[in-house]
Amino acid sequence: MNISFNEERPIFIQIAEGIEDAILSGAFKEESQIPSITEFSVNYRINPATALKGINILVEEGIIYKKRGVGMFVSIGAVEQLKGKRKEQFYDNFIRNLVEEANRLGISKDEIITLLERGYVK
Amino acid sequence: MSIEIKNISKNFGSTCALDSVSLTFEENKIYGLLGRNGAGKTTLLNIITNRIFADSGEVLVDGIPSKENDQALKKIYMMGEKNFYPNNMKIKEIFRWTKEFYPSFDTEYANKLTEVFELSLNKNVKSLSTGYNSIFKVIIALSVNTPYVLCDEPVLGLDANHRDLFYRLLIERYSDSPSTFIISTHLIEEVANVIEDVIIIKKGKIIKNESREELMSIGYTVSGMSSLVDEFINGKEVIGIDSIGGLKSAYVIGQIIKESVPQGLEITKMDLQKLFIKLTNA
Repeated sequence: MNISFNEERPIFIQIAEGIEDAILSGAFKEESQIPSITEFSVNYRINPATALKGINILVEEGIIYKKRGVGMFVSIGAVEQLKGKRKEQFYDNFIRNLVEEANRLGISKDEIITLLERGYVK
Repeated sequence: MSIEIKNISKNFGSTCALDSVSLTFEENKIYGLLGRNGAGKTTLLNIITNRIFADSGEVLVDGIPSKENDQALKKIYMMGEKNFYPNNMKIKEIFRWTKEFYPSFDTEYANKLTEVFELSLNKNVKSLSTGYNSIFKVIIALSVNTPYVLCDEPVLGLDANHRDLFYRLLIERYSDSPSTFIISTHLIEEVANVIEDVIIIKKGKIIKNESREELMSIGYTVSGMSSLVDEFINGKEVIGIDSIGGLKSAYVIGQIIKESVPQGLEITKMDLQKLFIKLTNA
C-alpha cells in the first residue's frame, strides 16, 4: 500500500483512506492481520499518535478490530461496508468536482454524458 | 511528568531573547519547536538544560527546579549545534563518556547506528564533516534513553537520505519506548508529520502552542481572481497574501463551509510551512 500524502486533508484521514483502499483492492483481506501502528508510522514517517488516530476511525466504524496482544485485523463484511460508505461519498468526491471543472471549461451536461459513455467503452 | 517553563525571561544586553515564556512539555510527546533564526529557540533549550541562566522565571523538571540540580538535569539530554567535546576525542570515547553521565545510554544500539550511518567509531570529532558532526550527535540523542531529549537543529548538514533515516529511526525509537522529544528546527516541511505538538516562537515570545492538527485547521488558503478574492476576504482575518498577475492567494484564519464559497474561488488547506512563514514574517 502506497499513500502519497497531500496537503488537502489531515494525515490521519489519509491514513484511514489508504487502509480502506487496501481493503477494497484486496491487498488487506477480511480476517487478515494488518500492519501495526509502529509499522505504519515508521513506514510513512508519521507520528504514532497520528497513525493511531487514523486507525481508530476504522476501529470505531467496525472495519478493523483489535485482538489484544495480537494485533489488528480486517473485519468480516468490511469490503461491503466500505463500498456502501464510498458510494455515499461518491457524489461529494467525484460528481461535484466533475461538474465544477466542466463549468470552468464550458462543457455541457450532454457533453458530460457523452464522455461518460465513452468511459464505459472498452 | 513534564518540563514546566514558568515566566522565563532572558536578555542579552539590550536584546530581549525570551520575554516571559511559559509552556509545558508533557511526557512522551514529540514536539516541534519552530522559529526563525534568532527567535530564541536555542536560548530556551539552553536555559532548560542549565547551560545558561534565565534573568527571571524557573524551569521545573518533573516538579523539581532544574537550576543547578543534577537530579533534574540528568533526565534531559540535549544535542546542540555547538560541540563541547575535545577536538581529538574519538567517537567511541565520546560514547564511553556519555555512558558515564547518562547510565541509560545504550552503547550497543549507538554502535549499531554508527554502522547504519557509516560512521567510523575511531574518527576524531575534529575530522568530521558538517553532516557527520550532526550524525554522531543524533546517534547519541537516539541512544541516550533519557525521559527528555532535546534536539537543536538535528538535521543540520544532513543529506536527504540521512535526514529520512533520522526521521525513521526517531519514530522507531519513539514507538519502542516513548519519551519526550523536542525538535527545534526551521526545516518544517520534513518534520511536520513526525511531530504531535507545535510550538512557534517569534522574537522571544510563544505565538502558537497546540497540536499540529489543530494548528493546521485554524486557517485556509483561498485563491482565484484578485477582485473575487478581495471581495471574499473582506472582513476576515488575513495573515498574508501572495499575488501573481491578476491572481491572488490569501491566507485566512478561521473556519469555512466549502459550500458557501463563490464560484471561481478555490479553497485549500494551509500547510504548516506556509502557516509558519506567514505567522512569523516581521
